Amino acid sequence: MTATTKPDAAEQPSIGTFLKQNIREYGMLIALVVIMVFFQIITNGVLFKPVNLTNLVLQNSFVVIMALGMLLIIVAGHIDLSVGSVVGLVGAVAAVMMVNYKIDYVTTSIVCLLLGAVIGVAQGYFVAFHKIPAFIVTLAGMLVFRGMTMWVLGGMNIGPFPTEFQSMATGFIPPLGTAGPILSLSSFVLTLLMTFALVFMSWRTRTVNMAHGIEVEPQAFFLVQNIVLGVVTLYLGFELSTYKGFPNVLVIMLVLVSFYTFVTTRTTIGRRIYALGGNEKATKLSGINTERLTFYTFINMGVLAALAGMIIAARLNSSTPKAGFGNELDVIAACFIGGASTTGGVGKITGAVIGAFIMGVLNNGMSIMGLGIDYQQMVKGLVLLAAVFFDVYNRTKG
Amino acid sequence: MSADIILEMRNITKTFPGVKALSDVTFSVRQGEIHALCGENGAGKSTLMKVLSGVYPHGTYEGEIHYMGKQREFYGIKDTEEEGIIIIHQELALIPMLSITENIFLGNEVAKSGVIDWAEATRRTKELLAKVGLKNENPATLITHIGVGKQQLVEIAKALSKKVKLLILDEPTASLNEADSQALLDLLLEFKKQGLTSIIISHKLNEISRVADKITVLRDGTTVETIDCSNEPASEDRIIRGMVGREIADRFPKRSTAIGETIFEVKNWNAYHPIHSERQICNNINLNVRKGEVVGIAGLMGAGRTEFAMSVFGRSYGKKISGDVLINGKTADVSTVEKAIKAKLAYVTEDRKQLGLVLINNIMHNTTLANHGGVSKSLVIDDIAERKVANDYRNKLRIRSSGIYQMAVNLSGGNQQKVVLSKWLFTNPDVLILDEPTRGIDVGAKYEIYTIINDLVKEGKGVIMISSEMPELLGTCDRIYVMNEGRIVAELSKEDASQESIMRAIMRSSGEKN
Repeated sequence: MTATTKPDAAEQPSIGTFLKQNIREYGMLIALVVIMVFFQIITNGVLFKPVNLTNLVLQNSFVVIMALGMLLIIVAGHIDLSVGSVVGLVGAVAAVMMVNYKIDYVTTSIVCLLLGAVIGVAQGYFVAFHKIPAFIVTLAGMLVFRGMTMWVLGGMNIGPFPTEFQSMATGFIPPLGTAGPILSLSSFVLTLLMTFALVFMSWRTRTVNMAHGIEVEPQAFFLVQNIVLGVVTLYLGFELSTYKGFPNVLVIMLVLVSFYTFVTTRTTIGRRIYALGGNEKATKLSGINTERLTFYTFINMGVLAALAGMIIAARLNSSTPKAGFGNELDVIAACFIGGASTTGGVGKITGAVIGAFIMGVLNNGMSIMGLGIDYQQMVKGLVLLAAVFFDVYNRTKG
Repeated sequence: MSADIILEMRNITKTFPGVKALSDVTFSVRQGEIHALCGENGAGKSTLMKVLSGVYPHGTYEGEIHYMGKQREFYGIKDTEEEGIIIIHQELALIPMLSITENIFLGNEVAKSGVIDWAEATRRTKELLAKVGLKNENPATLITHIGVGKQQLVEIAKALSKKVKLLILDEPTASLNEADSQALLDLLLEFKKQGLTSIIISHKLNEISRVADKITVLRDGTTVETIDCSNEPASEDRIIRGMVGREIADRFPKRSTAIGETIFEVKNWNAYHPIHSERQICNNINLNVRKGEVVGIAGLMGAGRTEFAMSVFGRSYGKKISGDVLINGKTADVSTVEKAIKAKLAYVTEDRKQLGLVLINNIMHNTTLANHGGVSKSLVIDDIAERKVANDYRNKLRIRSSGIYQMAVNLSGGNQQKVVLSKWLFTNPDVLILDEPTRGIDVGAKYEIYTIINDLVKEGKGVIMISSEMPELLGTCDRIYVMNEGRIVAELSKEDASQESIMRAIMRSSGEKN
């Protein structure tokens, strides 16, 4: 009834209609910027200080890393409640191996990642092949792995770790020289390269699309968007360069974000996960092994949760029975704030990353303001509700 | 306005953002008649009924509604139901895990201060069930345990419980088999004798010409004409002419394809029900298809046609499956969907929304879903190649959309079906099984689908067509297998096949067993 015949799609819509069509996409990015500016003002400029920006990255990298895996799981139509406990268990195993058994950090890291994969296999097996709801399987996992964490640690904190292991979470890339206010030349050069790459790629996509007669954003919008993106990247990179440079975890995070963005948007596996979440039966009848696909998303989540577990342990330089407690909620919230659909089939990596940073900036900003954890929880809860409400409201109205 | 007019809708205009769905529509129904509403998909039938039933409240449209001699303003379904206007939608609104009684009185419980009087509710349910010909049904049976045909009758019983004066049925027989459809139409005629007025929306023109006293034809949101059938029944061609605005010389495009050697063969195929594993759903089925041939499978709902097709296609249905499939003379491994596709078999599902399409994905993504290998290199999708494929099929099959990025959910039924066909054509099959390929789509789109089928067999492919509409099978197939209770009970050549011979084969085989 609403289908209209329009053989030649308009080349460029007006800025107004374009924004309206893509409000969800930019809405959360704008929200992130607004929140940042708000805290920058209310904390008298502390938020954007290089040392605080560095902290922001160090504190949130693990949420971002887990959100990448969680997004795939949510898009596939499932959920994983166990990641917080997996974080705890992996940290505990790493601590016992390195501290009690004096095993080197490389072997330990490999074993930890494998442990994450095994956990993914175990949970994915029940979800994918026996059709047990992921909510139940991972709720069980959450209890089991938390219990195992306490058992492995014997209820104690274990640490400290070798410095090499710690540097994964607290170290910075080698500066390779200084120049004026820039204390890490390597970070600044990386920033320049990244900015250039970002703008170049978006320009290239646009020209390719235009050459194939695909609707693209209005030119003025494209320019403003890229200038803002470029300036923001340059500014943040520059700020970090004037302190200790890029943290190692930032590099890990950027590599992973790029990788998963590529997987979700350009590969057949990514495409199939979206189809699976959109309509499992139709996907299965199209010759796609949906069980195996679901299984893989859980293994992937297990490995990413293990990586996050190591980063958290390394940052605290000690493993505690409580490590990772409640993290699953931050990670899941990040995905939903970033626009993932609770029914599956919809969600973007960039959205999940933005969602994670919204949560991160809220935490960080409120901590600087000196607000208690009580208020922080309330605010975060309301932000989650508001984001999803906005999403649903937009969809039913449009 | 004469006294026996129960409903008159005057100059109804309803606009959605950017689309004028109804434009100055006038529609009047006499007391005690069966009034059919016809038109292609998107002609505005459902919109008009939503205006009438208050789904679109007064004020969101222009025009007047006169009902029982007075001008009315309805603000919701509650308002219209109180006045006895009851609409039964195409998608049944019953709750599967509740009983018949619970469903009939849902929202309208037989209760005193919130406590339900089950004895009374059951008694009334029995009465209502008797009225719709379900005397022997236990009111405590769960909806999920009765067939679609009976569910439709329960819906009608539910309407009767609300003191219905004007019954609106939206595609009531779309998912019913021949026998259940007939029973339902007989029931409508029976109600008519008792003075009930009904409006029926249907694509099945033979049914309309059988029961309707008047037929109003809508096209592109306007009333084209109202045909009075009280003197002489309207022929199907007469109705189609009104719907499409032109004469359709032939509902089925002509085909003159040379038929070659056997391309597809199923031998001794057996399968059992996935849950009730003692029930055999396919009983020693043997059939074959030759190059350039369209082979039909006729049968009543529940004959096991879809189950057979799905069990062949990657064992997607059933248990304990045995038998051989030969494609191009060689035994083919079709044990998973992936392998079946590789063996050049394609199955276009009956239910395109649930099983055929990822509705929230766009046309392009749906088109390439079953053959990602065709648009990617080492797991990376080639955007440009993919767009080209999607655009090619969009043009070739004339999919009407704003582009390949339009979401499947926003397409009309006919165009959705074309997207499903695109998906399967892109896997380049030798044999296609089409399961109810024209269900719920309008006459014009049907013709286009038949043309696509003709093009396929011209390329030397073999087509199996499962359909519940016998005229369609008779009009398109070179040969027809008749299936009943999981067995092939007859094989009819084009010359021998007729509605009578098919029904006779079914009846005779049903008799054998009893």
